[in-house]
Amino acid sequence: MKRRAFNTLLLSGLAAGASGVPKIWGDGLAYAQTEGGGLTALLTPEPPMLVLPLNQQQPTIVAGSKIYEGLLNFDFDLNPIPQLAASWNVSEDGLTYTFHLQPNAKWHDGEPFTSADVVFSCQEMLMKLHPRARGNFERCESITALDDHTVEFVLKEPFAPFLKAFEAGSAPISPKHIYEGTDYANNPQNDHPIGTGPFMFKEWVRGSHIHLVANPDYYVEGQPGLTEIYFRIVPDAASRSVAMETGEAQLSAWNDVEMFDVERLAALPHLTKTSQGYEFFSPLLWYEPNLRKELFNDLRFRKAMMHLLDKSFIVDRIMFGQAKAATGPICSTTPFYEADVQDYQTDADKAMALLDEMGLTPDGDGIRAKINFLVVPAGEMWTRLAEYFRQAMAAGGIEVTLVSTDMAGWGQTVSNWDFDITNNLLYQNADPALGVARSYISSNIRKGVLFTNTEGYENPEVDRLFAEAAVAVNEAKRQELYSKVQQILVEELPVLWVAEQQYPTLYDSRLTDVIVTGTGVNSNFATARYA
Amino acid sequence: MVSATSVISKLTGIALAILVIATINFILVHSAPGDPALVIAGQSGATDAEFIDQIRRDYGLDQPWYVQYGGYLKKVVTLDLGYSIRQREDVSTLILERLGPTLLLTVSAFALSLVCGVIFGAFAGLRQGSWRDLAISVLALILYATPVFWLGLMLVLVFSINLGWFPAFGYTDIRAAGFGSWHYALDVMHHLVLPAVTLAAIYTAVYTRLMRSSLIEVSHEDHVKTARAKGLSEGAILRGHMLRNAAGPVVTFAGLQAGALIGGAVVVETVFSWPGLGRLTFDSVTARDYPVLLGLFLVMSVLVIAINLLTDLIHRLVDPRIGAR
Repeated sequence: MKRRAFNTLLLSGLAAGASGVPKIWGDGLAYAQTEGGGLTALLTPEPPMLVLPLNQQQPTIVAGSKIYEGLLNFDFDLNPIPQLAASWNVSEDGLTYTFHLQPNAKWHDGEPFTSADVVFSCQEMLMKLHPRARGNFERCESITALDDHTVEFVLKEPFAPFLKAFEAGSAPISPKHIYEGTDYANNPQNDHPIGTGPFMFKEWVRGSHIHLVANPDYYVEGQPGLTEIYFRIVPDAASRSVAMETGEAQLSAWNDVEMFDVERLAALPHLTKTSQGYEFFSPLLWYEPNLRKELFNDLRFRKAMMHLLDKSFIVDRIMFGQAKAATGPICSTTPFYEADVQDYQTDADKAMALLDEMGLTPDGDGIRAKINFLVVPAGEMWTRLAEYFRQAMAAGGIEVTLVSTDMAGWGQTVSNWDFDITNNLLYQNADPALGVARSYISSNIRKGVLFTNTEGYENPEVDRLFAEAAVAVNEAKRQELYSKVQQILVEELPVLWVAEQQYPTLYDSRLTDVIVTGTGVNSNFATARYA
Repeated sequence: MVSATSVISKLTGIALAILVIATINFILVHSAPGDPALVIAGQSGATDAEFIDQIRRDYGLDQPWYVQYGGYLKKVVTLDLGYSIRQREDVSTLILERLGPTLLLTVSAFALSLVCGVIFGAFAGLRQGSWRDLAISVLALILYATPVFWLGLMLVLVFSINLGWFPAFGYTDIRAAGFGSWHYALDVMHHLVLPAVTLAAIYTAVYTRLMRSSLIEVSHEDHVKTARAKGLSEGAILRGHMLRNAAGPVVTFAGLQAGALIGGAVVVETVFSWPGLGRLTFDSVTARDYPVLLGLFLVMSVLVIAINLLTDLIHRLVDPRIGAR
């Protein structure tokens, strides 16, 4: 870990120096590989498989979303736009959703795509395989095919964000004729995924690359604009930067490029950077205390920690500007954000006053309290966040011991509530009812399950507000409820929100229409083309 | 001559060693905290209790340890490496895919370092204290002290980014599927240069130093003095009387290193995106992919045992006295 971190730092530093000086040995940069309109994109880490209904890890979605599609996609403001559904309507009472499917869509093996596939996917396959889809489709009273190209979903009770459940990563539609009646996980066709998307699976050389080619029968006229896509698996961060720099790869997203390298690469003339295309996910980063433990169960202690943290330092120095300071539990990039909440200024004196009030006075060494911090083992940024936390808390006399583990160990420790404080980052999934409530409602305190209310926060009023907002059909009513809940949460600090992460997407400047929706690189790339 | 009983006892020893190794592997892998479900959950950002139960059932983690252990031993004995639930692929397929690239990389690095080490060492040892000796010794020391990953990155910087002579990473060009077989082989060779040189560097340094001191030692022995007194040329003395004697320790050491080479290529494989066993191991550890891990450990231990046997054999070739004893 340390070694990799060091090498990344070193190479990017040197490469930065090297790219500044004239190349006396001749020009080694080869801006290659565009003949025929193909794209080489980075993919990190290598996904375990490409069958989207079976696996929803980040890289699986990035590559799989070119093959599989959902009924809907979402624009930058998270309004629904057509994908496999050409149009749709929602009844007045918010209970009945009717989708009219693309009449010309076909599976990659030539079979027609029909409403039977949608019913099978949402009612059977995803219910069995996909935790998030299961949560959404459990709410259905019935899922019926009205004719070959019309599907009707009837809900048991209104659920405001129900349309958001139909995004490709949330509900990938799978071919009924291949999976019905089989053991989904061991279906032989899993080696060669079949979807409806603009790109078809060609080859996967494990450890090296995944090759997709354009679907000639795609249902949108004139799309896709690219002839093929190669996803290259490059495990070393420094090598990934080199690939972007030399033009060997033309697209990077999510964590492909280490944050400290982003601005250097973005400044290169052949690369363009955007932070759009992550609105659907809107990842929110926080420090998560375990409210079951002494000290952390005291609001004054949590407020003191908040006063000791400097969010702008985290945004500028640790996340290298690829973020925005967070004010509360809902991201400013998603609906129902409320800006009018309590603001905790960085103020060590206030923090120490709160600690004094708790009776935590400094001992001979100036130490008021000792806590353990569980470091998230997911890369550079997380290590820095932990180190910064130790330093920031020291200013208030809180001694922090960093505890290291690996990803599996972290998951086990956090989901079994065996930590003092750690970092966490959750996607908002386009609606507070889908991605926010889960972290704060008491019914979601579930031991052994990650990304639940792992901090152990309980407040009946918050439970009630989230529950009401989820079923309210009126947008203004929802805003009112969510504003209220944000004010309460920020006052009570179940976790310490610090930043809305804004992942960078870097791509070859000759490409256009690559990032066109709120799901960015997790979208199907049908419109992407070389200008 | 080698008798039947000694062959049998040797084979029994190997079989026992493999069983013990398999047991230790099993204990090691299963005593690490965290299970695959939590890793998958951690990387997909969503989970529920049903999903976690499903994964535990798939991996057999809901069974008591002795059932899991028994099942594993049975598989080892029947040479069945199992099935990776995470990658939905037979473990033997996954490992075989990676075995080729790893062997290519390690064997070329091994050969390169052995040849270079012996030549440089001989050059240095022959004229002890000369400028040539000094230059080689200093260079060897620097190479020895250089971290492998750093050297790899420097080579990329110079030969890929600045000069553009060699590709910075990968095993083949991604369009290699359409190449003819000659073109393909050349392409792999082209990609092999930087990682092989990187991996070979540190071992070259070790063998150089070993060969040098070993040669110096041999040069003081009586039979060399005799040869010199007979009036043989320096070249003939070196070839006929010194090299073989001096190479013994190098071969022994190389045999030990070869095992480490297979496991230790992970850093080079990572820096150069080389699709080898080292990287597969690393990925499997972080993903808690138990079947793949156990399969890898087993294959690697068998490889190391095989290499040790091979070293014994080479030893006998280099020094016939060993076989005679």
